[in-house]
Amino acid sequence: MTATRRPPELRRPRGRTGDVPKAIGASSIMWLLVVVYAVPALWFVLSSFKPAGDLFTYPLTLFPKHWTVSGYTQAWTQFDFARYFVNTLIVAIAATLLTIVVSAATGYALAKYNNWWLKAFAVCILATTMLPSETILAPLFLVVRNLGLYNSLSGVVAPAVITATGTFMFRQFFVTVPNDLLEAARIDGSGELSTFVRIMIPLSRPIIMTLAIFSFQWRWNEFLWPLIILNDPKQFTLQIGVASIVGAQNVNWSVLLGASVMSMVPLLAIYLIFQKYVMSADLNAGLKD
Amino acid sequence: MVDSVRQSAESPSVPDDAAPARAKPRWWPRKRYNRYTAAPLLLISVNLALFLLFFVWPVVIGLNYSFTSYTGVGTAPYVGLDNYQKLFGDSAFYAALWRTVIYTGAVVPLTFITSLGVAYLLVSPYAKGKTVARVVFFLPWLISPIIAGVIWRWLFGENVGLVNFVITELGGKAVPWQSNANLSLMVVVLAATWANTAFNMLLFVAALKNVPVSYYEAADLDGASAWQKFRRITLPAIAPTSFIVVLLSTLHTMKEYGLIKALNDGGPGSENNLIVQYIYLTGFRRGHIGYASAASFILLLILMIIAVVQLLANRRKES
Repeated sequence: MTATRRPPELRRPRGRTGDVPKAIGASSIMWLLVVVYAVPALWFVLSSFKPAGDLFTYPLTLFPKHWTVSGYTQAWTQFDFARYFVNTLIVAIAATLLTIVVSAATGYALAKYNNWWLKAFAVCILATTMLPSETILAPLFLVVRNLGLYNSLSGVVAPAVITATGTFMFRQFFVTVPNDLLEAARIDGSGELSTFVRIMIPLSRPIIMTLAIFSFQWRWNEFLWPLIILNDPKQFTLQIGVASIVGAQNVNWSVLLGASVMSMVPLLAIYLIFQKYVMSADLNAGLKD
Repeated sequence: MVDSVRQSAESPSVPDDAAPARAKPRWWPRKRYNRYTAAPLLLISVNLALFLLFFVWPVVIGLNYSFTSYTGVGTAPYVGLDNYQKLFGDSAFYAALWRTVIYTGAVVPLTFITSLGVAYLLVSPYAKGKTVARVVFFLPWLISPIIAGVIWRWLFGENVGLVNFVITELGGKAVPWQSNANLSLMVVVLAATWANTAFNMLLFVAALKNVPVSYYEAADLDGASAWQKFRRITLPAIAPTSFIVVLLSTLHTMKEYGLIKALNDGGPGSENNLIVQYIYLTGFRRGHIGYASAASFILLLILMIIAVVQLLANRRKES
């Protein structure tokens, strides 16, 4: 709140006559890049509406000659899409909720209390960024198995809850909340935890939203860890399911295209609705992706 | 103020905690100290428990198992440094490690250039249509590594793929994108760059927006060219972000698995197996948990060295 405010956007004045060539140059480079970045996904989505027979017939056409959703219906029926979808949804939502609660509490403690062991713990959390779960894959698997979580969705969720990114996003935010607010609450007799729950959590809404979207994306798209933990096809998440189609001897591209496109829809929807929380995220605190 | 009213209404139900501390002088001298110890301890307790359970414990037993020939079941016979010795003589391990280094060496600079370039355009006052462009550039972030792999596999299909179709239409010969190991890795590099641009672009956009406009105005008055301004003002100003981007991209790229799994499954053959895939295959497909743990620790050591070297380099540059 006390941060020095910069004057309102003072970008260089627009519309000078000498700027026209620059505008044309910059815009055309940018739009060329937009096309380059859009083509792979666009070609993929358009292909998914082609009938299976047309996928491999030359000459290829950008737009389907006959639009069809047969790939999608096939993916839905043959591929058990609904089950994988629900499993993934359970994992993503549970992990996201837990991540937010745990990160907010830890971030708040790190920001507002002054104990040597809290500082030590902050270093430990940062260390998890440098040492991602891929480097302790085998022993982490043994731990989860010993806890009896093998082949269960909770085995996928539990190790994913602590993230340095989330914790430090909250820490960074709570540092900017004036200590006066906390003191005032104390003087009014509010307990430490009730201050946290009733005053601090509501204040941190933007951070909660940002972390929720990030966490959901991480868990929705996660592949290696669920692959190791989940053995029973009934428990598979979407990424494992899609990977199993790709890994088959003869890839059924029609089903693969449909299933892949459908698996992207939830994230796309969340992003389009909550765009501002992602694009304006203050992402400079101890992150991993 | 509302809170204080509510508090007094509730205080009978919580007589122990807040009320006495406020009413009288502290009747238990350590009360205040306790309150500031108990509350944060409680707040971090879940995180601490998970940290010990899913981080400290695996590191400890992983280190332990890396000295055994454990297979996941039964006993874990102690074999000393055998695993590490075998690892240093294992050509498949070296091949995977070397492939990972080449891959990282290609992806990180490419990602850096593309994401900085895209971010630069997105904050430039000259480019038009930035709102739409920003969404398009960001879309790959939403796509999982597996799906991204599928998308690029579809694009670069060897027999029927858009790229080969365009090449043959233009009179060229179909390129063996999948049966040639180097070309195959190149496709993965392109796919990874495409997928990683979005997130790093976000970091760069935030950094570029924070460069004081007055610097550019002063440079304009001195007649500096666009390149001079970029080289002398922009790059130094965003150096901390550049450092984060390089560090995070390196760590991320070193442990790539999903993308390459879906794109070519480390193929052709096992020529493009990267290090994490190697660990997965030895540990979980062949059941050599002890051996895979040793390989994991080598990867961990490499990542730590990378991080420390980059941190030191960054510090020296700053001073």
